[in-house]
Amino acid sequence: MTPKLASSRLSVSRLIASRLRKLSPRRGIEYCFTLIGFIIVVIIVLMALLAPFIAPYDPIKRVGGLLESPNIKFVMGTDGLGRDILSRIIHGSQIVMCVTLLSMALSFLIGVPLGLLSGYVGGKLDSILCLLMDSLYAFPGLILAIALAVMLGPGIGNMAASLTVVYIPTYFRMIRGHVLSLKESLFIEAARAIGSKGKTMIFKYVFPNVIPSLPIILSLNAADAVLTEAALSFLGLGMTAPTPDWGFDLKMGHGYLASKIWWPSTFPGLMVILLTLGFSLFGEGLNEILSPELRGR
Amino acid sequence: MVSLRVYVIRRILLAIPMIFILLSIVFLVMRVAGDPVSAILGGHAPLEHIERIKEQLGLNKPLVFQYFDYLWQLFHGDLGRSLIWGQRPVLVEIMEHFPATLELSIYSFILSVLIGIFTGVYSANRYNKPIDHSIRLYGIVTYALFIPWIGLILQLIFGVYLGWLPTSGRIGVFMEPQTITGLYVLDSVLTLNIPSLVSSIRHLILPTVTLGVYLSGIYTRLTRSNMLEVLGKDFIRAARARGLPERTVVYKHALKNAFIPILTMMGLQFAALLVGAILTETTYSWPGMGTFLSERILYRDFTTVQGTIVFFALLVVLVSLVVDVIYVYIDPRIRY
Repeated sequence: MTPKLASSRLSVSRLIASRLRKLSPRRGIEYCFTLIGFIIVVIIVLMALLAPFIAPYDPIKRVGGLLESPNIKFVMGTDGLGRDILSRIIHGSQIVMCVTLLSMALSFLIGVPLGLLSGYVGGKLDSILCLLMDSLYAFPGLILAIALAVMLGPGIGNMAASLTVVYIPTYFRMIRGHVLSLKESLFIEAARAIGSKGKTMIFKYVFPNVIPSLPIILSLNAADAVLTEAALSFLGLGMTAPTPDWGFDLKMGHGYLASKIWWPSTFPGLMVILLTLGFSLFGEGLNEILSPELRGR
Repeated sequence: MVSLRVYVIRRILLAIPMIFILLSIVFLVMRVAGDPVSAILGGHAPLEHIERIKEQLGLNKPLVFQYFDYLWQLFHGDLGRSLIWGQRPVLVEIMEHFPATLELSIYSFILSVLIGIFTGVYSANRYNKPIDHSIRLYGIVTYALFIPWIGLILQLIFGVYLGWLPTSGRIGVFMEPQTITGLYVLDSVLTLNIPSLVSSIRHLILPTVTLGVYLSGIYTRLTRSNMLEVLGKDFIRAARARGLPERTVVYKHALKNAFIPILTMMGLQFAALLVGAILTETTYSWPGMGTFLSERILYRDFTTVQGTIVFFALLVVLVSLVVDVIYVYIDPRIRY
């Protein structure tokens, strides 16, 4: 009896060890992705916060020759109006961050309560809200944002408002889906049995159970919002002229490409990609770490 | 189980409220979210000018009347007239630009699916090896690609420095083939016009690669995860046990079974394709809907912008309808 037990124990521990061996490099890479994403985002946030202190020059004043290639004085060169590209990039991060965070906060604040309400109350309200949100969702995001931005005009607040409308359905649908599946669970039934209803039910029992999935959706949404903001500003629907804005700066620099002048357009575009990548690496990593059922896929 | 015809008819009927809602959303955005007159004139304009524009566009009527006017016009296929240059009908202008977008979209779509499936299968086959991790990273990075930037880099390398490929336009000057479908590659083949064919393909390469790579990431990820799931199934082990060559097992047995979700994604990706096309076109001055739209935004041509957005909305409904019908043909299990 004993040897058999020992051997079975041995095989179990062997199995665990092999699983661990299989898992560890993978999880290591997962953490690595998440960490890299986190670091990128933090650096750009710090850049936005400290912009006036770390930017070497005034971003909207002529400080050097026109279209100087990257050199010691101007690390990323100067643009067609003799402005320092590095300073413009540092200040531009403020615009991108402001628009992204503002639109995320707004669409979250509108989408989540609507989703909770719609999922929990159900009935006619639910069908109407769903129909509306599904139609908004079916509309290609950038095109809806373009329409809104054309009508609202330039500016941080207006850009954020355009993006907000685009992203409300994302939160609404996710939260509603969660609420519907939670509604069937035993503890909600128990809560109902002890007489809690309405607000208590939604905010004390349903909402806290939705929270774990929020960081993932928030960071993936942020990645998308950065791209859409940059696209709007690339199409000329962002900020008005001298304000540094990555998408618009790329557009302005694009005209010089044929003369092999690459720096005014390449650097702002690179920043858009870095920030998007930061948010999406962070979100993807979190997704794999926090939702074990997906691990191994 | 309903018959196919009943299903298709029901699906078409379901599309009607969706069209209605999308059109109403466009109306709300274009009339209520901001003032069309200031969108056209840019704020400071003499009063009589404002009145004239209002009169011309029917903006002096109450909003409800405007709404019904708008729907009535659309019902008759009238998207209004452009506010600039001879005031051509918007629909005519859209129809001139649409084939270019369609052509770019078709090739980019095919390229993205091909890249996605091959990288996905390759990655799943080498699960947890370094190449698998790199392909996974590729899946994430492509998602984060900003199209104008990747376009710019390709233009810089292949157009400006190497000089191999043209960086803008759709075809060489005066080389347009005789119009049959409006798709230059197809038209050149149909009219046996070799120089046009070569020129249009050369112009297509960079935009197609840009949009194709951007869209491929999602297929890579989806193919990879589905292949991993299918490769772990018993029938794959059975196929291997029977001594079938690995290639047959992977591509014939596994991929076929992993294919339905990929197909679903192809339908869902249509919106991304449209958005990507707008940015790609603007980057490469590709004379399609995207360039057209962004040009008219700059000219504050309100009716054309509204018409183009309505057109996109209808396109989305149409494509989702077609995709749903195609599913039923491919997988008879799907019938609602």
